[in-house]
Amino acid sequence: MTVLAEGSYASPTGQEIVFVLLGVVTLAAAVLVVTTRRLVHAALWLVVAFGALAGCYLVMSAELVAWVQVLIYVGAVVVLLLFGIMLTRAPIGPSTDLDGANRPAAVVVAVALAGVLVTVIVDGFRTAYVPSARASSGAGSAETIGAALFRDWVLPFEALSVLLLAALIGAIVLSRREIGPAETDARRGGGEGEG
Amino acid sequence: MSTHVLAAEDLSGFGTDPWWLIVIKVLFIFVFLVLSVLLTMWAERRILGRMQLRLGPNRHGPFGLLQGLADGLKLGVKEDLVPKNVDKWVYILAPAAASAPAFISFAIMPFGPQVSIFGHQTHLQLTDLPVAVLLVLAMASMGVYGFVLAGWASGSPFALLGGLRSSAQVISYEIAMALTFVAVFLYAGTLSTSGIVDAQERLWFAVVLIPSFLIYMVTMVGETNRIPFDLPEGEGELVGGYHTEYSSMKFAMFFLAEYVNMSTVCGLSVTLFLGGWRAPAPISTIWPDANTGWWPMLWFIAKFAMVMFIFIWLRAAMPRVRYDQLMKLGWKVLIPVSIVWIIVVATMRALRNAEATTTTWLVVVGAGLAAALVALYLWDRAAEKRREAKETAKEQEFATLKAKPTAGGFPVPPLRAAHYGSAVRDALEAPRPERGTSAKEVTGA
Amino acid sequence: MELYVPILVLAALSAGFAAVNLLIAAVAGPKRYNRAKLEAYECGIEPTPQPVGGGRFPIKYYLTAMLFIVFDIEIIFLYPWAASFDRLGIFGLVEMVLFIVTVLVAYVYIWRRGGLEWD
Repeated sequence: MTVLAEGSYASPTGQEIVFVLLGVVTLAAAVLVVTTRRLVHAALWLVVAFGALAGCYLVMSAELVAWVQVLIYVGAVVVLLLFGIMLTRAPIGPSTDLDGANRPAAVVVAVALAGVLVTVIVDGFRTAYVPSARASSGAGSAETIGAALFRDWVLPFEALSVLLLAALIGAIVLSRREIGPAETDARRGGGEGEG
Repeated sequence: MSTHVLAAEDLSGFGTDPWWLIVIKVLFIFVFLVLSVLLTMWAERRILGRMQLRLGPNRHGPFGLLQGLADGLKLGVKEDLVPKNVDKWVYILAPAAASAPAFISFAIMPFGPQVSIFGHQTHLQLTDLPVAVLLVLAMASMGVYGFVLAGWASGSPFALLGGLRSSAQVISYEIAMALTFVAVFLYAGTLSTSGIVDAQERLWFAVVLIPSFLIYMVTMVGETNRIPFDLPEGEGELVGGYHTEYSSMKFAMFFLAEYVNMSTVCGLSVTLFLGGWRAPAPISTIWPDANTGWWPMLWFIAKFAMVMFIFIWLRAAMPRVRYDQLMKLGWKVLIPVSIVWIIVVATMRALRNAEATTTTWLVVVGAGLAAALVALYLWDRAAEKRREAKETAKEQEFATLKAKPTAGGFPVPPLRAAHYGSAVRDALEAPRPERGTSAKEVTGA
Repeated sequence: MELYVPILVLAALSAGFAAVNLLIAAVAGPKRYNRAKLEAYECGIEPTPQPVGGGRFPIKYYLTAMLFIVFDIEIIFLYPWAASFDRLGIFGLVEMVLFIVTVLVAYVYIWRRGGLEWD
């Protein structure tokens, strides 16, 4: 993060313009997520937001991270949300009870949080400028990230496995109440849609 | 080792095409996919016909080749139904979400080496990325949206169940499929498809990594919802699955997406396991120029067609499995086997890289075999116990049900209701008083 | 970035193709109104009225999606590891075996609790 003579914010390159546009798309989609009255549409706007975010990573030549964003967030997390929406039979059409009485408070908190984050980042990186074109195409590739991750960041990586373990156990605890053979579980579950 | 690193980063041949070349390549891929869909549909029906001792479509064009086109045209002029309780935007978006990502995966498929097109040196591949295979996986998971959204937006329970089943199946098999790639990356040292093809110059990965290849062949059928894993469309139970409510071109787009996805997984199997565009061994040995110029495209398409034939063959040969069997195979067999295989491959590779001595090899292999034996023994004992428990439970259940048929909580229909014609039978069987009275009780006759 | 330009072109083409297909569907076919035709198809019988907020589906689909996320994350770490394996040596192998074993513990737990059963 050093100041470089070869460019500045004053004369944006094509990539920087694309980056800003993608940021605007992300923001707009995110606003639509919380304002739309249809649950499934909200999930779809979330897909747009995540996709545009992946585009942002891509413009910054973090290729692996960009595709991981698509694969995990767009391809898995939102699908999980959609499953949740569908399993509870979200009605087709607008829902009326999506907004609570805490709406103004939520807006205040969100704006305040955004303000703090933007201030911190702008303050921290005010003069730092890295032209995105300078980053070579190999910088975000799987080999580079792999070498860094498995040499320098071993502990976070191993800690992550414990996190995944906790997540899986949490999932099973939430969805299965009884310990015991599967037969009794299935009986009690009942209401099976299609087996 | 350093050669691997170099190979991984060497994408300098890509991204230098002039715009007209990009347009040509994009159009080529598009036409290739559409043609392959039409021809696969034709070939599928002809081959199925032959395998079932009938002719198959042979009226439209020579050998019925235009059958697919005729079907497409017919669908195009059919009424486009939009049922009344659908979510209109999502209903229209779903077929597009299913078919559009399917095409994109082919962008990284290598059809051949560098050739000269109008004096311009270029690869026979639209583009390549350092993370090319991730693109394919990402597009596969984007395709899931088509199923989920179609199922939900239709506002019909059959479609919803079909959509959920489809997507649950596709994501389950995507895990197993993605795990099989790990061994390939271990050997190739890169995720870029051209790099992977280069790494198979001497030996195909299908030979080196047979378990990975076999698991991939299973998962690619599951991933594309084809027989024997076409549960989402199990017409006996779910009508048509997620596209029950679709008609006209919207239905055609789901169909198209399925066949393009088949093309994608076939192309991927050729690229990752079957040596890509390289000529098979006997040809390349006697004919050194087989791997240069435009010939490789022929090898690619030949291998591609061969894998596609396996799809069709499976459809003719296999019955549909049950959904629980499908999920069991995916989660309890393919995934653990893949993970263990990855560890085995990585261990072997690490030993070779470290230039281990024979003693080390023997110790490691011996330890591995011993661990496998112990695991097998424990597994067998557990399985034995489970089998016995199951038998006992079954006998108990039979005993209970014999005593009281409704004990299991299952609704037992009245076997002698009036509209089954039991009144007539009752009259005929009048001399047996105990059954006659029970029928009267049930039907209120 | 120039590596992505062709992908964008192909994406535009396939999206355009999808749009054209949708347009053909809307324009080319006949339109004959029929009330019964616009009902959800349930094998010819009158559609069963769906209970509002009721008639839920098995939780297993949700569990499958959760498992999918976790295994997807595991795979995401396996890929860069596999690609840079030759540079990492035995140390990389030990790391990954530790990681996989931890996740496998959860996997075995789920198996034992019947989370992988579909019936």
